[in-house]
Amino acid sequence: MIRKWKGIAPLLLAATALALVSPAMAQTPPNILVIGQIAEPASLDPHVSTAANDFRIAVNLYDGLVRNKPGTLEIEPALATDWTISEDGLEYTFNLRKDVKFHDGTPFNAEAVKFNFDRMLKEDSPYASTGPFPLAFFFSSVKDVSVVDDLTVKFTLNEPFAPFMSNLASPTGLIVSPAAVEKYGKDYGRHPVGTGPFKFEEWQSNTSVVASRNDAYWDGAPELEAVIFRPITDANTRVAEMLSGGIDVLLETPPDNVAQFRNDGNYHVVEAVGPHVWYVMLNAKDGPFADKRVRQAVNYAVNKESLVNDVLQGTADVSSGPIPPAFNWAYNQDVAPYPYDPAKAKELLAEAGAEGAKLTFLVTEGGSGMLDPVPMGTAIQADLAAVGLDVEIKTYEWNTFLSEVNPGLEGKGDMAEMAWMTSDPDTLPFLTLRTAAWPAEGGFNSSYYSNPEVDDLLNKARLSTDPQERGALYKQVQAITHDDAPWLFVANWKQNAVVASSVGNFELQPDFSLVLRDVTKQ
Amino acid sequence: MTAYIGKRLLAAIPVILGLSIIVFLVMKLIPGDPAQALLGSYATPENVERINRALGLDRSWPEQYVIWIGNLLHGDFGRSYILNRPVLDEVLERFGATLILAGASLVLCSVLGILAGIASAVRQFGWTDRIITFFVLIGISMPAFFLGLVFILFFAVQWRLLPASGMYAVYGGGDLLDLLRHLILPATTLAIVATGVVARLTRAAMLEVLRQDFIRTARAKGLTENKVIYRHAFRAALVSIIPVLGIQAGFVLGGAVYIETVFQWPGLGQMLVKAVSTRDLLLVQGGVLVAATVYVLVNLLADVAQAMLDPRLKA
Repeated sequence: MIRKWKGIAPLLLAATALALVSPAMAQTPPNILVIGQIAEPASLDPHVSTAANDFRIAVNLYDGLVRNKPGTLEIEPALATDWTISEDGLEYTFNLRKDVKFHDGTPFNAEAVKFNFDRMLKEDSPYASTGPFPLAFFFSSVKDVSVVDDLTVKFTLNEPFAPFMSNLASPTGLIVSPAAVEKYGKDYGRHPVGTGPFKFEEWQSNTSVVASRNDAYWDGAPELEAVIFRPITDANTRVAEMLSGGIDVLLETPPDNVAQFRNDGNYHVVEAVGPHVWYVMLNAKDGPFADKRVRQAVNYAVNKESLVNDVLQGTADVSSGPIPPAFNWAYNQDVAPYPYDPAKAKELLAEAGAEGAKLTFLVTEGGSGMLDPVPMGTAIQADLAAVGLDVEIKTYEWNTFLSEVNPGLEGKGDMAEMAWMTSDPDTLPFLTLRTAAWPAEGGFNSSYYSNPEVDDLLNKARLSTDPQERGALYKQVQAITHDDAPWLFVANWKQNAVVASSVGNFELQPDFSLVLRDVTKQ
Repeated sequence: MTAYIGKRLLAAIPVILGLSIIVFLVMKLIPGDPAQALLGSYATPENVERINRALGLDRSWPEQYVIWIGNLLHGDFGRSYILNRPVLDEVLERFGATLILAGASLVLCSVLGILAGIASAVRQFGWTDRIITFFVLIGISMPAFFLGLVFILFFAVQWRLLPASGMYAVYGGGDLLDLLRHLILPATTLAIVATGVVARLTRAAMLEVLRQDFIRTARAKGLTENKVIYRHAFRAALVSIIPVLGIQAGFVLGGAVYIETVFQWPGLGQMLVKAVSTRDLLLVQGGVLVAATVYVLVNLLADVAQAMLDPRLKA
């Protein structure tokens, strides 16, 4: 008997192995789009969540009062059909879309809008405990939200605040179903209910989030039957899943793999600019960078072209100032990036008497929007060494890095890497370049730049509700700060995604969201 | 025996309690906090303070710890700061996945390691021994995450035989066959290093036993070689192999952390890595507590098994 078993065992093993591997890996089915994301979402409550990764799902489940027109950062109607802004910029009145229902069947109306903002902004709201709401300060200028009638809602602000509309179009402005918040309380984030083109179906921890078509969508039901978001943390594994047909869309492709997909007819590489700025802040308070010439010198000394093309493999453009070109209406075309000119850098250093200065450079190992911070840091170090600057790098884990840098660089270092992604051109300069934004005042101006003219322009731009007038002010900010060089301006990241050739109409949005309502798949 | 098990279980309590204090202190001492992780570049002191208040992190450390222990005794593990859901839900959901992966690896490495070790010992210095020793050396030296990527490259990308990552197919699937298909690559990868260790120690244990008098007696009695090896030698060697398996159980649980990341296995290890980087203290505490308890239990099990096999240890 044993002898017989010995003969059969290998056969059995082989049969089992065949059963397990023989059905050739099926491609993903038609009309169901599988998206490989960089991580599992933390929450699908758009008011609780803070990560771009979560928002990529949220924008497909929810709508806001307004949204960015696809492909731009210009505002267009969504749940609000139109609106009026009072002369003094303090009252915003929105007319809401008729007959819109949340996925749970409850009606969308002015009460629902009020519920959403009260929940985020009023500490005494009965649903305040369903937070915390980290980005609620986007709407901190809102004094009151009042229901005018069933389909009209009025926001009253404390002070004129021009970025209000952009913030309403940001994911933090998405509208959730009040009934669902009441039902699920603190667990709402795992049972999201919105009005968006896709309905939430299921969330399996660290495996998938599934959403299906909302046939009653006010803007026309999407083509896709369902969308599946799969978290795949490891970048190499994400690429392997794309190559093996396990996903249809690959987000945040590692720079080294982009070329491989570009040369393969089975895939398309999709790119879009984003409101992203990668820079190195320069301590203007103590040390050599207190002298503007030294700050300009490092801008000349670093070869940004080589950074974006060699280190980042063409996944970014060279930046010229604090306002990224994605804000086309506020971007100053006339300001060109500092050219790579080591001779000029040496000249400026000599003038300032800073030749051979010793500098400390704080570098992070990773972090949101930081791209490839260590290789970028070392490349910058090498370029600065070539003009005679002695740069010592100190590397930190991301959260540690933030707690070092945010309280200010004084006594800690001369330069530090940083990156921001924002929804309005106001955010970054307002929080990082004003005198009133020094760390002691509660801002992020950790390198102590101060120019009263810039302060003035930024304050003015906040008060103006006319986009053209605002744009002109930001263009001036770009020109002045370019010359003052509070930072070493390095890169504006281009987002990328790889999609299988069966996927159609796929576009990346400049606001980093992922709009899937028009996407098709064969 | 029962008294011994009871004593060991009691002794585990201070170990786990001490561990939770260490984890708590380490998480508090490293810079950064959940508010910062949530807010990222928007972490103004004002915003951080607001979030800390909402999360109850504005209390003193001892107060926070005592509250945590107090809730724990009522079976409440708290809520994750970042995921905003009960820690216990998350940990249990993840733990099942880790148990499947680590369990499969442990079975694989025990069976393969013991078979290889025996084959190697029986033909000491022969070709079988040399070939096995060679592969064992490679297995032990190979970084598992690298091996995992190589497996993915060949089995999933080149030949498209097995899925590259995940635990179940995201559409269809969901049955046992689907699970097994997803399990093969990560479980094998995770088992390879442990297999090497088990094989080496089995070989050493077997060699020692094979030289002893009772083996010569058994052979002299005219028993078949198979009986001598499996009935007599292997049973005696098992006493020193079992504790190694206990240690390997700890190893595969620990190794699961990076294998889970490579294969996107939705387990505890991957959860812990993320929880540490976002300073999600309660989630880290919950995960560590469960992992440590399992580790203690597995080692207890190994000791009990050893005592049952070897009458000399029973006292």
